[in-house]
Amino acid sequence: MAKITVHKKEPFLRIAKRDSMPLWQSILIRVISVVLALVVCGVVIYLLIKVNPLEVYKSMVEGAFGAFKEDYKFFNRRTWITIRDTMMLLCIAVGLAPAFKMRFWNIGAEGQILVGGIATAACMIYLKDLPPALLFICMIVSSLVAGALWSLLPAVFKAKWNTNETLFTLMMNYVAIQLTSFFVAMWENPFGSNTVGIINPNGHEGWFPPIFGQDYLMNVIVVMTITVGMFIYLKYSKQGYEIAVVGDSENTARYAGINVKKVIIRTMLISGAICGLSGFVAVSGASHTISTSTAGGKGFTAIIVAWLAKFNTFTMILISLLLVFLDKGAIEIASKYDLNDYVASMITGIILFFILGSEFFVNYRMIFRKKNKEVQ
Amino acid sequence: MKKFLALMLAILMVASLAACGTTTDATKDEAGATSDFKMGVILIGDENEGYTYAHIQGIQEAAASLGLSDDQIIWKYTIPEDETCYDTAADLADQGCDLVVSNSYGHQSHMQQAATEFPDVTFIAMTGDTAKASGLPNFCNAFTAVYESRFVSGVVAGMKIKELVEADKLSDDNFDADGNVKVGYVGAYPYAEVKSGYTAFFLGIKSVYDKVAMSVQFTNSWFDLTKEGETANQLLSQGCVIIGQHADSTGAPSAVQAALESGEVCYSIGYNIDMLEVAPQGALTSATNVWSVYYTEAIGKAMKGEEVPQNWAKGYADGAVAITPLGESAAEGTQEKVDATIAAIKAGEIHVFDTETFTVGGKKVESAFATDTDGDFVPDTDEAVFDGYFHESYFQSAPCFALDIDGITLLN
Repeated sequence: MAKITVHKKEPFLRIAKRDSMPLWQSILIRVISVVLALVVCGVVIYLLIKVNPLEVYKSMVEGAFGAFKEDYKFFNRRTWITIRDTMMLLCIAVGLAPAFKMRFWNIGAEGQILVGGIATAACMIYLKDLPPALLFICMIVSSLVAGALWSLLPAVFKAKWNTNETLFTLMMNYVAIQLTSFFVAMWENPFGSNTVGIINPNGHEGWFPPIFGQDYLMNVIVVMTITVGMFIYLKYSKQGYEIAVVGDSENTARYAGINVKKVIIRTMLISGAICGLSGFVAVSGASHTISTSTAGGKGFTAIIVAWLAKFNTFTMILISLLLVFLDKGAIEIASKYDLNDYVASMITGIILFFILGSEFFVNYRMIFRKKNKEVQ
Repeated sequence: MKKFLALMLAILMVASLAACGTTTDATKDEAGATSDFKMGVILIGDENEGYTYAHIQGIQEAAASLGLSDDQIIWKYTIPEDETCYDTAADLADQGCDLVVSNSYGHQSHMQQAATEFPDVTFIAMTGDTAKASGLPNFCNAFTAVYESRFVSGVVAGMKIKELVEADKLSDDNFDADGNVKVGYVGAYPYAEVKSGYTAFFLGIKSVYDKVAMSVQFTNSWFDLTKEGETANQLLSQGCVIIGQHADSTGAPSAVQAALESGEVCYSIGYNIDMLEVAPQGALTSATNVWSVYYTEAIGKAMKGEEVPQNWAKGYADGAVAITPLGESAAEGTQEKVDATIAAIKAGEIHVFDTETFTVGGKKVESAFATDTDGDFVPDTDEAVFDGYFHESYFQSAPCFALDIDGITLLN
């Protein structure tokens, strides 16, 4: 057996695309990947800091959902902050979904959030004497318009001259960051701080009002409305269908009589407007201030969310929650075990790596060379 | 596939073994604590960043002398100056902290928001300036009287200039048209804190050697290694002999050391940390804060349930400021002069902002306000000039001296 030399050797491993996979199987693969990620993290944690990994995981859960004490209530401050940040990430991801579905690589969410945030902050500063309802309408409209305008430029260039939208939207981020710095310097309070500070700390003008005593319930309502709306828009509306067709093939779309330019510009306006609105949610609903960290990389993280969820807005909720959970958990273990932040980021990185990796096994199957069955 | 599974199983077993092998030493809440006092610390950076490291050291020294154990202090590193700060402060209060300290100026308004919400918890925004106006008894600011150590670091520079002039080591390039020796200063932002600092430094030099003129260039950043180095090089190319700084990196001293090695005559006065490591010949000394003095007082009071001072600013008299050990290049007799100056400051014989020692627009300053109440960034209340000097850090802990005195040119 061993003496047989095989010339046309079958590779040890072949990779083939899967046709389809039962839902339970794809879920199983993803669950296994998370479990494996936790195991690998456990080994890393133990090797680095010699702490029981189970304790560390418990701390992560506590970091996101509050410390487990006798009088533990699920809806405590930490849970609400986790919810708030999840909603923020979700809102941006929902904004990116239509553009990405159209295969328009909108990398500019970061900038669109910032200009939306600037518009909101401007309303809060200059129009705080308006009646609350009117003030909120101003904030919403101005943030929508700001975000839409910020995305209009790359959209028009793409539609008319087919410029590279990835670079264009990316560049627009830097412009938005500089613009934010400019307004921060203009609204600096107190002088010398290089920060705007909390806007309207006493009257809370332009702050999301608490609902049932919960500061962040309003964020949930606003973002969930958009999420459901976007789901319906993408799945059941004619425009949503046009987006899908343009995304699959521009030529097919043209053949079917779809005005591709119009679809590109319209979709980007919607995408930018929702990203601008998430700037409104960030400023009015969470930070009550504006700085270059208002977006803080969330515009990029949301790209991961949108992709992992395959543009299904409801799956995005789960992915956003997972990412925020990992982030909060990482902060907590860094503080509790007196670790450097970077160890916590490593753990997040390992888990993300496994989750992204599991997509490979969902989409492809590996065929190993069958042992003892060499042919020819 | 089986092998793969077996491998994973093996890893799993190793992991679970590891899980069994450690006893949990992290959960020892009940035992060991001397009291149920707890404090939280919100830091803009971590131990890798000089400014934050000085605060960490100060708190650790205070904790050691007050007998605080490790599990009585909750550290929160790299907290940005946004709502994260408020979230963290509120979370620390939820965890039962009696005292929460933040170390960066931009944390202030978020700390103040938390202070309104948790009246039973004391919040200290270090280097801040709104505690007094906030009307919140549980919200405090603190800053050292660092202008005193800057003045003394100026004395060190003045001694060096005097030595260089007397030994005729300077070239024509080092003097301006009026025969003043050129001094350069790398500043962070054009704010009162920085202005107060460089003015104190300049007056320190003038107390030893009067014929000097200073150029200040701002980097618009608290920490930018490259930019601080470049700015120092620009100032050096204009003929500056001494480079002072109010920025947190080692950029300027490194540039000075390089220029010195290439044959130029120039020396550096640093800030916060000892610069001798990066500029063994170039650095003369650095002005520093001794945060442990404040933290010992504030934490000690909070532990006893006493009120923490709302606006704390102390200097040499209490050992809260200092200069780092003199470098080998410092002029002869500097140490004696420094000791004498410090003694005079302690005794109240020298006031840093003595109105006899400087002019604004050619005139002696008779009146200057310390506090701004209407938000237009121009101080309008609290007359700070009396008894012959400007009372810095007297009405509030944060520096407020913002006059542009004669002899100092702002380049940008």
